Amino acid sequence: MFELILGAVLLAVGYFVGSAREQKHFESIKLREKEFLYMPVRPDKILDAQTVEKVELVTASVVIAGDYFKTVASSLKSMIGGALNSQETLIDRARREAILRLKEKTKKLGADEIIGLRIETMALDKMGVEVMVYGNAVYSKRS
Amino acid sequence: MTLTTLEYLPGHKVTEHYGIVSGSTVRAKHIGKDFFAGLKNIVGGELHGYTELMEETREQSLQRLKAQATKVGANAVLGIRFATSDVAQGAAEVFAYGTAVRVSKDV
Repeated sequence: MFELILGAVLLAVGYFVGSAREQKHFESIKLREKEFLYMPVRPDKILDAQTVEKVELVTASVVIAGDYFKTVASSLKSMIGGALNSQETLIDRARREAILRLKEKTKKLGADEIIGLRIETMALDKMGVEVMVYGNAVYSKRS
Repeated sequence: MTLTTLEYLPGHKVTEHYGIVSGSTVRAKHIGKDFFAGLKNIVGGELHGYTELMEETREQSLQRLKAQATKVGANAVLGIRFATSDVAQGAAEVFAYGTAVRVSKDV
């Protein structure tokens, strides 16, 4: 009986606190994405050597855990198959956060854009997600 | 030492090629062992300790790659890639590899 109550409490806490935290994170992501909209990030590697001062490797990463509700919901959902909505938002958050951190690092370095962006995603023992992004910070020639 | 994922270096030409260099680091990543990570698993959110661990691991792999490149006499590593794999239960590897070259400025 005790275990049942504990499980229900954990589920409720996971659902309400987890959702609130996720929403807060999304709001922060949207705000910062707007702020960094001026900085181009491209997956291609085309550069005009005439305008480039130098390039430098930049990396960033983020590890995010899902809440208890997400974990239980996705394990139930995976029995019947279909889209795991709760996991999709988790991975989306992690990727966007990682790219934002890469942009923040690039800004701090004083570079102007990022090219050759690559995204690596790994599962963290089924409980969370690890995202690593890397690319090249490009310093334009100042005239 | 210039590190880049590009296969070329703008404004430079490759004068010598030393082949592939790599650097790897294996770390323990078991989330269940960490009390605070366990708590985070209820309410969700970023695991700052693990993010830091990840950054350190990646930095170390890059350091090892750089050391190897320096040893062969290169001054740049081009076409860098990162790869990760689960080598054992609760352990993960971050592996960086690229092509060690000597570059000189275009005139």
